[in-house]
Amino acid sequence: MAHAETHAAEAHGHADHAPQSFIWKYVFSKDHKVIGIQYYVTAMFMALIAGLLAMTIRLQLAWPEKTFPSLNFLTKGYTDGVMNPEFYAMLFTMHGTIMVFFVLSTAPVSGFGNMLIPLQVGARDMAFPFLNGLSFWTFLPGCIVILSSFFVGAGAAAGGWTSYPPLSALRSAVPGSEMGQTLWIIGMVFFIASFTMGGLNFVTTILNMRTKGLSMMRMPMTLWAMFLVAVLGLLSFPALTAASLMLLFDRHFGTSFFIPSGLVLSGQVVNHQGGSPLLWQHLFWFLGHPEVYILMLPALGFTSDIMVAFCRKPIFGYKAMVGAMLAISGLSFVVWGHHMFVSGMSPYLGMAFAVGTMLIAVPSAVKTFNWLATLWRSRIIFKTPMLWAMGVVSLFISGGLSGIWLGQTALDIHFHDTYFVVAHFHLIMAGAALFGVFGATAFWFPKMFGRMMNDTLGKIHFWFTFLAYYCTFFPMHYIGLAGHMRRIYDPYQYEFLKNLQPINQFITISAFILGASQILFFINYFWSAFRGEKATDNPWNAAGLEWTTPSPPGHGNWPGEIPEVHRWPFDYSVPGAEKDFVLQTDPAPIGDKAGSH
Amino acid sequence: MFSGFPLFPEQASTLALGVDGLYFFLVLVTAFFFVAISAALLFFSVKYRRRSPHEWPAEIHGSLMLELAWSIVPFLICVVIFAWGAILFFSMNRPPDNAIEVSVVGKRWMWKLQHMTGQREINELHIPVGRAVKLTLTSEDVIHSFFVPAFRVKKDAVPGRYNVMWFQATKPGRYHLFCAEYCGTQHSRMIGEIIAMEPADFQTWIQGGPAPESPVAAGQKLFAELNCITCHRADSQGRGPVLDGLAGSTVKLLGGGTAVADDTYLRESILVPAAKIVDGYQPIMPTYQGQVSEEGVLHLLAYIQSLKGQAGAAGAAGGNK
Ligand code: HEC
Ligand code: HEM
Ligand SMILES: [Cu+2]
Ligand SMILES: [Cu+2]
Repeated sequence: MAHAETHAAEAHGHADHAPQSFIWKYVFSKDHKVIGIQYYVTAMFMALIAGLLAMTIRLQLAWPEKTFPSLNFLTKGYTDGVMNPEFYAMLFTMHGTIMVFFVLSTAPVSGFGNMLIPLQVGARDMAFPFLNGLSFWTFLPGCIVILSSFFVGAGAAAGGWTSYPPLSALRSAVPGSEMGQTLWIIGMVFFIASFTMGGLNFVTTILNMRTKGLSMMRMPMTLWAMFLVAVLGLLSFPALTAASLMLLFDRHFGTSFFIPSGLVLSGQVVNHQGGSPLLWQHLFWFLGHPEVYILMLPALGFTSDIMVAFCRKPIFGYKAMVGAMLAISGLSFVVWGHHMFVSGMSPYLGMAFAVGTMLIAVPSAVKTFNWLATLWRSRIIFKTPMLWAMGVVSLFISGGLSGIWLGQTALDIHFHDTYFVVAHFHLIMAGAALFGVFGATAFWFPKMFGRMMNDTLGKIHFWFTFLAYYCTFFPMHYIGLAGHMRRIYDPYQYEFLKNLQPINQFITISAFILGASQILFFINYFWSAFRGEKATDNPWNAAGLEWTTPSPPGHGNWPGEIPEVHRWPFDYSVPGAEKDFVLQTDPAPIGDKAGSH
Repeated sequence: MFSGFPLFPEQASTLALGVDGLYFFLVLVTAFFFVAISAALLFFSVKYRRRSPHEWPAEIHGSLMLELAWSIVPFLICVVIFAWGAILFFSMNRPPDNAIEVSVVGKRWMWKLQHMTGQREINELHIPVGRAVKLTLTSEDVIHSFFVPAFRVKKDAVPGRYNVMWFQATKPGRYHLFCAEYCGTQHSRMIGEIIAMEPADFQTWIQGGPAPESPVAAGQKLFAELNCITCHRADSQGRGPVLDGLAGSTVKLLGGGTAVADDTYLRESILVPAAKIVDGYQPIMPTYQGQVSEEGVLHLLAYIQSLKGQAGAAGAAGGNK
């Protein structure tokens, strides 16, 4: 088979020429593990920034009447200790953009995807190692461009992470619409280019480089997730690339893709004609909705794979779990209009989008119940990774249920653009993805650094994060119901929102605790990377192929031949086996419910 | 004790009743599932903890029956919820025929409103209770969104387009009006009020003050001032097409296509005539971009719509929809 040949060639190519100098080994590396860690650490840094932006947003929402002279050093943000309204818009715009793209599309997908795919498919490296290195070095300029926008001209982009024109298309619309928005577009184009290179690598590696015996239906859920995420990205990101470039043209070269005729902005006649602002919304959400699954799917995959290892029990309904992921991915392409119910679309079109949205509830329910059934009559070991996996399940339930409300056109009319939506997406998209990353970090840490993370510190971090997360985002449902809109600089300009201030203060204090708890994670991560307890090759007694490599895996991953796979990665507690797990490489004729069908 | 923290905003429109019914139904359904699933999660975590490494779990791989059950039951629940929501959504999108009409132009950072009888208002809308009110929304700069929480209605005001929304207030009072779509620096200050009055009070209000000029009359005046009348004459002798009966009809375009002459088409025909040329005419109409305000365009539209057949049946503007 073609597979075998590729492997032989790869094995040769790498085993022979492991680079020696520091710069080729750790900086411009082509090794998937190094690249994975580079992505991960960069995303962590971006998360730190985006998190600080969120804290500043929360500060403003809780005490807009107070002055903070100590923040005057943010010269663009504060005057005499009072936040400028345009700065508030930059904060939520950049917070959303960085978190969605540069943190939670990056850490789970580009970070863990690169780390894990070769280890889980049984390959020496990704299919195109050079492209892989290039993709990271395209990503990094994207980060720099996006961050630098805070320092140029009037400041960073301020059109919301959705950048709806005409606001984002007319350069004089808001201060951030000048240089900031242009840099936003350039940063996004870098990001998308890098994500596309990664996606090509993911799809090729997973389709062509699986080791002998590893059929698709023997893949761990993480691999399925990575595969689908790459496909989603490759199919949906082009819409945003095109839209971003069209926006750039509207802004700088006089085209009118998104700017209609006859606008008068602040008394000035706008010299564009014939465009449609709704075109942007369609293009943006054609990416935007699949994008939320790009964030979510890896977390769902991690959760399944972590859960079986700590339940010591095979996954419940593997085929249904794979089917549910496929269904979610497919449906994610036909629901984008649910973000546009109030834009004036034809009610018939609205109905079509509402049907798709309601249908997604079904595979999501299947996932939830199958996780529950995996836990059912298992023997759960509560280590840090398992806590995070349970956290993902919990957030998936709470965020998923509010999704049913929002999918209801009639109700969404009221909820749209209120804090109810902010609550919903922070639970399901941000929360589940974030918890998934934390779980995966604790679980696969041995394969990153050859050491274990501290379990006690990990648990403390989990409980603080879990409780603070709910305290921060759950009350947002309530203030949303009460009519509190999102993206408002000072809620208490509205008479009827005044009595929500105590709740907003509670949310802010919880958010500060949430933010501060992350220090525990940073300490644990960096301390353990250098000083943590040395890990054995398979510290969790897990069954997956990646656990047959040394911790950490050297260049080329397996010192000898690449092992052959004889079963799925879920053979836990197989009757007749001597241990309570059977490695994927074990040829014993027991277990493996998937391969036998 | 909950007076300061109501569970939902005040309920003051006919639509709000229906929406809140669905809302409370969903509260029950989701609360049930939330509690049931979270309880199961907690219960399993306690019951099935491993106490010694020698404990092995039961051997379970799946169960077709169970999986079918938990696919089909959520599916059926979703169908019910969807159907309920769809019925409401369609009624939200179908303004009754006898509705009072008001045009709305969003602008940073205010709402400019005009009744079909001519009264203009800024950031305030007076309406009678018990009578449907239909708004035609547009914007002259960026996207805004007309949001009245007590009525459970919201619709974007998109520049270059006319969106329609309607509501019927059920009790007199003053209700908040917000811009829900982020529209720039002062977005959070774009605040207004809907004032619902007893029908008799409303009559007094609307008849008070000097008689204003109706949009149709204003449009007619503008039509003359901007010299539209020189090309668009009531007889077919002008250089431009006759506009009588145009609104709502299907227009043949140069090059073979057709277009329905809805508000958006008419607006474009005035601001960018070159965008779509009517079959049989020369592209000689000048552009009026920058010369007519958004309200001016609305007036012209009202006037063109009133040209139903010969003698302009004023007041019927948009009534054919
Ligand atoms: C110089 C003559 C001229 C003037 C002045 C003029 N138009 Fe026109 N108009 C035309 C011609 C010729 C057409 C048909 C060709 C086209 O579609 O551009 C037309 C088309 C239209 C149409 C589309 C008609 C259809 O059947 O689809 C509308 C609406 C319209 N004009 C409105 C106006 C208004 C309102 C004004 C004044 C603000 C105006 N026009 C001024 C010549 C003129
Ligand atoms: C550290 C915890 C976080 C806090 C306290 C927080 C807080 C907030 C707040 C208060 C807003 C609303 C701002 C407004 O409407 O005025 C917001 C918006 C947003 N957040 Fe977060 N957030 C956090 C983490 C995340 C994460 C992990 C993501 C990842 C997806 C995320 C994605 C977004 C997005 C997309 C928006 C919308 C931005 C916009 O309106 O354009 N947030 N966040
Ligand atoms: Cu969506
Ligand atoms: Cu606004």
